[in-house]
Amino acid sequence: MSSFPTLVADLASDDSLERAAARRKRGQRIGEFVAALHSALKRFALAWIFPLAVLGLWWLAAERGWVAEQILPNPTVVASTFHELWDSGDILNNLGISLLRVLYGFVAGALIGLALGISIGLSPVAKDYLYPLFRVFAQVPSLGWLPLLMMVVGIEESLKIILIAKAVAVPITINTYQGIQSVPTRFIEVARVYGFNRWQLLRKVVLPSALPPIWNGIRYGMTHAWLALVAVELLASSEGLGFMIVYGRQLFQLDVVIAAVIVVGAVGYTLDKVLALIEARLLHWRRQSF
Amino acid sequence: MTVATTLNNQRTASGRNLFALLRAVPWTKTRRGLTIPLLLLFSWWAVYHFGWTKSQLFVPPEKVWDTAKKLYETGYLGTSLYASLQRDIIGFVIGTSIGLLVGTTLGLSRFFENILGPTFHALKQVSLLAWIPLISLWFGLGDAAKVAFLSLAAFFPVVLNTFEGIRSVPKEFVEVARVFDYSRWQLIRRIVIPSALPSIITGIYLALLYSWIATLGAEYLLTSGKGIGNLMTDGREHFWMDQVILGVIIVGLVGFALNVIAGFFERRVLAWRGGTTARFE
Repeated sequence: MSSFPTLVADLASDDSLERAAARRKRGQRIGEFVAALHSALKRFALAWIFPLAVLGLWWLAAERGWVAEQILPNPTVVASTFHELWDSGDILNNLGISLLRVLYGFVAGALIGLALGISIGLSPVAKDYLYPLFRVFAQVPSLGWLPLLMMVVGIEESLKIILIAKAVAVPITINTYQGIQSVPTRFIEVARVYGFNRWQLLRKVVLPSALPPIWNGIRYGMTHAWLALVAVELLASSEGLGFMIVYGRQLFQLDVVIAAVIVVGAVGYTLDKVLALIEARLLHWRRQSF
Repeated sequence: MTVATTLNNQRTASGRNLFALLRAVPWTKTRRGLTIPLLLLFSWWAVYHFGWTKSQLFVPPEKVWDTAKKLYETGYLGTSLYASLQRDIIGFVIGTSIGLLVGTTLGLSRFFENILGPTFHALKQVSLLAWIPLISLWFGLGDAAKVAFLSLAAFFPVVLNTFEGIRSVPKEFVEVARVFDYSRWQLIRRIVIPSALPSIITGIYLALLYSWIATLGAEYLLTSGKGIGNLMTDGREHFWMDQVILGVIIVGLVGFALNVIAGFFERRVLAWRGGTTARFE
């Protein structure tokens, strides 16, 4: 496309023609940019059609009294409740409590999961001893352990942290183990040629090669942590976002429930996005081979 | 699994030779695998029998067995399990069907993906259990609410995996279909579905497991009616540790059974793909 004006410009070797060609080229680049922007904007606009239509219908239904206020409060009420709860600090306080629990549980669970995954990944003996028990333990979902844990450790802070840690440890263990198992044998042979010791082998060969699956495990772990947190807060808590939901439900304040559900969704979304961003940085070196 | 495959190999290789079978069992592995569980079981038994604790929470292993027998005989266990499984299956079927429909629509049409995709991805981020209070206000506390929730639990993984499966159908396949001048239906029937099937099956597999977990969640939070979750809540409220432990065991066993069934189903459906060349030993 661009070759024709350039050709003409060359033949004529006219200053004005050359400039015109350059301008056209620039114009083309801008045109491409505008087209990309246009399609991005179009997608962005299309993304809002459905939610806005639902919101509109919801508003209409509430305004016209098609459904009772207790079943579906007016979206404007939800918005003002959200505003109130935000200003009074209720949302932020409960969010802080919830996030702290997730942090503790996640760190504990990740450490356990990595240690277990690495040891059963590297040592067949450790695998023989621990893996069957782990499988049995992991077979029961976190929610299944919850009543038992509630009886053993009560419904204090430790319950939440243990349950979250369990939810995090299981996917991280499995992914770490499988990641280490699938390190190509050739890599290890090369390391042996170089006379790497055990630590060097782990540090320079096994862990970098197993990092993508391990990181996947960590992302799953974070998702599970957030799920487990909401579960445990719904069932046994007197603070936190989950408690806000239960509390709102008990008082039939659906506006509070919806506000809290929105926060739960937003935080889950943000956590996932943050981990994706870290992943892009952490696994940056991997892209270079393509 | 390894035991089963070695056994199978042995059976085909040297007939039904008992000695060969016995030799095929990896004894060292079995012994090592059983060591810690048996130690734990023994210490559990010992703690009770030597009276090291007075805690009411500490029930001996045989008490759990007795409770299982008692609850089985009274029929409480059976009805609970039946109620849970029934609602699990109904919710799973509804959620999976809708999920397949939505996932296929999103996968085949850019337009629908642009309209519904972002909303779906946003809703997916809400922790599943957080929906229960809303659902309970809309559907009550009975089976309708539970099934609605279970459907939701099954819905998300099916949509996601169906969508991704269809989107990752290789372009070359579709080009071949165009060369053969396939109609839209033929394209879907002969190219898209077979090629997206592994991913779709993964979604259904996940849906089966999620809906079982969700069954528990629904039964904890929507406390009316019967079910394994209610059995456990009941045990916890009355400080019947044996009943709670029994519940944990049943939850694990059902999860395991679902896993086995789903795995079997997956192998059957995908058998036409043949064995993979990449094998881990």
